[in-house]
Amino acid sequence: MKHYSAFAVAREALRYHTGWERAWRSPEPKKRYDVVIVGAGGHGLATAYYLGKNYGIQNVAVIEKGWLGGGNTGRNTTIIRSNYLQDPSAAIYEKARALYEDLSQELNYNLMFSPRGVMMLAQTQHEVRGYKRTAHANALQGVKTEWITPERVKELVPIINLHGPRYPVLGALWQERGGTARHDAVAWGYARACSNMGMDIIQKCEVTGVRRENGRVTGVETTKGAIECDKLGIVVAGHSGQLAEMAGFRLPVESLALQALVSEPIKPCMDVVVMANTVHGYMSQSDKGEMVIGGGTDGFNNYTQRGSFHHIEETVRALVETFPMISRLKMLRQWGGIVDMTGDRSPILSKTPLQGCFINCGWGTGGFKSIPGSGWGMAQLMATGHSPLTEAFSLDRFKEGRFIDESVAAGVAH
Amino acid sequence: MLILNCPYCGVDAEETELTAGGEAHIKRHGPGSSDDEFHDYLFMRENPKGVHFERWRHSNGCGKWFHAARCTATLEVFGTYSAQTTEPPKEIREAISAKRPGWKWREFE
Repeated sequence: MKHYSAFAVAREALRYHTGWERAWRSPEPKKRYDVVIVGAGGHGLATAYYLGKNYGIQNVAVIEKGWLGGGNTGRNTTIIRSNYLQDPSAAIYEKARALYEDLSQELNYNLMFSPRGVMMLAQTQHEVRGYKRTAHANALQGVKTEWITPERVKELVPIINLHGPRYPVLGALWQERGGTARHDAVAWGYARACSNMGMDIIQKCEVTGVRRENGRVTGVETTKGAIECDKLGIVVAGHSGQLAEMAGFRLPVESLALQALVSEPIKPCMDVVVMANTVHGYMSQSDKGEMVIGGGTDGFNNYTQRGSFHHIEETVRALVETFPMISRLKMLRQWGGIVDMTGDRSPILSKTPLQGCFINCGWGTGGFKSIPGSGWGMAQLMATGHSPLTEAFSLDRFKEGRFIDESVAAGVAH
Repeated sequence: MLILNCPYCGVDAEETELTAGGEAHIKRHGPGSSDDEFHDYLFMRENPKGVHFERWRHSNGCGKWFHAARCTATLEVFGTYSAQTTEPPKEIREAISAKRPGWKWREFE
């Protein structure tokens, strides 16, 4: 793998950019691997990367039905934050956020990590109390957040309307080192690093069955033939239920459509991420100048990667009240992704009833921000059988009543 | 936009009139049930990519609960039926069979 650097750009400029090589190989699958990961999104690739980097397990294949990073990795609103109330959540999201800080250097791939600050607006008295509580919890967890006044909100976001009739801004929870990153680049950077370690990334290869013997996984059936493996990691977000069924167990998840949209590009007007959970909307400005907007999920099961129009209407209506200047913006694109929601709105990173088979799913609406932390923990779990990061997120927590109840903590999808 | 016919008031209601109520025909478990039964009853849900049965409420209309049979992969609606039943009626199952031969959902097919 050639190193990317300013010097490389200059060198290639002199020879008409003929020397760039492909960032990752696209090999045919081998007969056997130590570990097979299903799903080449951010979480799957990060899992493979840390298996290789932290545990020296490099005979790994990452199998992808579509193309690399083409699922929710390429469909989210790229927000990174770790201001969670519950300790296990804060631990894994903060691990991810901290890893994002120097991941570009580590992967030698520009992820455009931009710690521009994430602001969660409090627009009801209930939210004021909730976010103050979260700020105190974060102080104990070692996550740097603070409660800020409406005046400070206005300083940071001049385009905001503090005194909206329905949704006045009463303050905000502010995480200075939260922000955004280029979502595709996260998948691409991990893929390049994995490929460089000799791992095989196999795209357009759908898993059609899971091979089992005596309660242990022995391999997978795919559209490119059978592949044997010692350990199997299922990291497929919306389609986790399908894969689990092939592996012979059930999951407490339901798949819903979550939508996002972007406006036409405009001049820089907002250099932080603003989330307004009361009205279910969040917004940031991309480097191209587009306002990137996300909203809530539909209420019903859906695999179509498109959501209901009225959810967009609700999100935009509320954001226009809080940011009057966006009222005449044209929206350019709108899309949906399939998110896998658990009962307590926290993910599942766990061993499964099938020996040697591990699952990483249920990230719901909060998957992108957690990619490095999730990969780190999942790799540790798969390599050693135990990880302090993922311990609380096990599959049996529902039976044991150990919820990590972020749905109550956040009050909304998060 | 999803449009469901309310079997009570007969209105073709679109999504903003309706509230989704999750999986249909869930058997309630009460005192004396085992941990596994409670676990499945409270948390395990069918999540098919295809034929699905759901509860819906005509909340901004007549206010009644009803059932719907729907495809989660295409958003096609196979039919709606009364809430006063513990399983999908025969005509709904036949309507689904006509369009999705060999379908299966829990113990129904």
